[in-house]
Amino acid sequence: MARRILTALVGAAVMGIGANAASAATLDDVKAKGFVQCGVNTGLTGFAAPDASGNWSGFDVDYCKAIAAAVFGDGSKVKYTPTSAKERFPALQSGEVDVLARNTTWTINRDTALGFNFRPVNYYDGQGFMVRKGLNVKSALELSGAAVCVQTGTTTELNLADYFKTNNLQYNPVVFEKLEEVNAAYDAGRCDVYTTDQSGLYSLRLTLSNPDDHMILPEIISKEPLGPAVRQGDDQWFDIVSWVHFALIQAEEFGITQANVEEMKKSPNPDVQRFLGVEADSKIGTDLGLTNEWAVNVIKAVGNYGEVFDRNIGAGSPLKIERGLNALWNKGGIQYAPPVR
Amino acid sequence: MSTHQANFVRASMIEASPAPALESGIAFWLRKNLFATPQDTVLTIISLLVLAWLVPPVIQWLFIDAAWTGGGRGVCATIAQGGSQPDGWSGACWAFVNAKFDQFIFGRYPPEERWRPALVGILFVLFLVPMLIPKVPYKGLNAVLLLAVLPIIAIILLPGGWFGLTYVETALWGGLMVTLALSFVGIAVSLPLGILLALGRRSNMPVIKMLCTVFIEVVRGVPLITVLFMASVMLPLFLPQGVTFDKFLRALIGVSLFASAYMAEVVRGGLQAIPKGQYEGADSLGLSYWQKMNLIILPQALKLVIPGIVNTFIGLFKDTSLVSIIGMFDLLGIVRLNFADANWATAVTPVTGLIFAGFIFWLFCFGMSRYSGFMERLLDKSQR
Repeated sequence: MARRILTALVGAAVMGIGANAASAATLDDVKAKGFVQCGVNTGLTGFAAPDASGNWSGFDVDYCKAIAAAVFGDGSKVKYTPTSAKERFPALQSGEVDVLARNTTWTINRDTALGFNFRPVNYYDGQGFMVRKGLNVKSALELSGAAVCVQTGTTTELNLADYFKTNNLQYNPVVFEKLEEVNAAYDAGRCDVYTTDQSGLYSLRLTLSNPDDHMILPEIISKEPLGPAVRQGDDQWFDIVSWVHFALIQAEEFGITQANVEEMKKSPNPDVQRFLGVEADSKIGTDLGLTNEWAVNVIKAVGNYGEVFDRNIGAGSPLKIERGLNALWNKGGIQYAPPVR
Repeated sequence: MSTHQANFVRASMIEASPAPALESGIAFWLRKNLFATPQDTVLTIISLLVLAWLVPPVIQWLFIDAAWTGGGRGVCATIAQGGSQPDGWSGACWAFVNAKFDQFIFGRYPPEERWRPALVGILFVLFLVPMLIPKVPYKGLNAVLLLAVLPIIAIILLPGGWFGLTYVETALWGGLMVTLALSFVGIAVSLPLGILLALGRRSNMPVIKMLCTVFIEVVRGVPLITVLFMASVMLPLFLPQGVTFDKFLRALIGVSLFASAYMAEVVRGGLQAIPKGQYEGADSLGLSYWQKMNLIILPQALKLVIPGIVNTFIGLFKDTSLVSIIGMFDLLGIVRLNFADANWATAVTPVTGLIFAGFIFWLFCFGMSRYSGFMERLLDKSQR
């Protein structure tokens, strides 16, 4: 509740004061200051976390790098602002950050009342349940009377209440403020069920004492389309952020990787030539306010979508999240890019 | 006439005979302190049993079963978890602290520039230690070095951007370095400012009195977390776009003002404990207000409230970890941030990290507490 009031307050403040902030051309500002200011999470396994030497790395962080590469041809021209769940929206609205790549769910309230724009969904998430195998539960509908571990103050907590109410099930919430407290409580057996977004369940598995004793139930009780957000009223910048994602998807579809992008420039396929900006009289980048090489630069900086996924949260990382809905549209998922032409 | 001839004259004192066996040595100490009465004996035995039950597993977990070295989550995870430890293993993951130690100290400060905060830290210790030892002379010079020269050096070295030093924005600062910088500035600002506010609140001049009272009551009445949160969330909305106000500076100002208000009330407690005769005596000598305060009142008042002052310092030191909520990573913040690193995500990493952070905090707070005890004994000559 407090969170809703706060959201409303911030929204009201934004409506009144932020009006002047939304009209400026973000691309010009970014070019003038020489870097992209990117809002990321204050630490979320696989999405934004410090690596061994303290540099930010992760799925969302790679999106920041990709946007910087599209604008400057250099993925390192980015500065990160770690934002908490409460800080993230004012930070974007006030212009403190140029883009928010912080596992933020696209909702109608955020798209309209808070004054943001969402388009590409870079990760389709959804809330799920994890239980101990010993309980012999096969479906979330059998969870009546269960003690459920959940992090307080999140949409997860609200979704949980809605789901159990809709299905006329009783439950006993065991709430904690910090994620590691919830994890530890579930691991210690203080509750029967753990609920959070699926990506979170994968990172929970890493911290369980006996991961094989637990299973994820098939039910997904919410839609959590996560994607980068920008301020309303700057269509050019919105287009750039959107097309960076579409370029990553398109590159995977074409089979263009970080390693072979230079070779692929010589590809006889006209679609690939157009995409990489080597076609004669190409306007593929200039129409966006970028160079025609922008897609090449993005791929050189972070690779294609599949590589970004694999490296940070997929098979190549400790998390080992399956592609699922996030596979390409022609491989059983729903990740789809509009044609580049 | 004959002199009496004594048969024996003792030429020296008899050696003190040892205390009876039952009244000395370890046996006596044990009997006096641990087994004096049946109740004592029962309590002693229960305590020993509790210790025997508690201490070995803790030692076992912290040191014997601990994973000390290694380059990833594998060394701290069991085979079932995808690591190399036997199933059922649990122990501290010091390898995590070891691998992330530089980050815990310097945050995300660029590795090739870390000599700068390290140098500031060394100078800080060099200037602070002689300041704390009463016998070392040149206290005035020392204070100038610590409170004027060191901050200037720190302002030049830490952010850089001049004299050929690369600029390191404060968003990259973190770890123990931020905790210490916030606490040091907070302490150095809050003590003098707190004294001034306390004097102001007891002043006879109505405007000054009112201003100080309002400041103290407002700042003390608002939680620090709210001040930081407003400074970080609401302030940017009122500034024109693109105008940002350094987060570290915001935290520094917030923490310093906050501690000053608390300090003012502690000092006021001391001022009120000084008998009125002392004030009147000073006045009758014809001393000016500042002479009266500096020579007569404050030396007595501050001595009385040393425990309160140090209490505020310790509170301030621990409060600095609240800056985590505005996206700055102090020692605790950076330790928690690193729990999100998938390469180190195991069941024991968070516990180990928190034990490490807790130990560092305890070390500093305990040090401050011991030093204040020492100062109390040193200054408290008249009341013993």
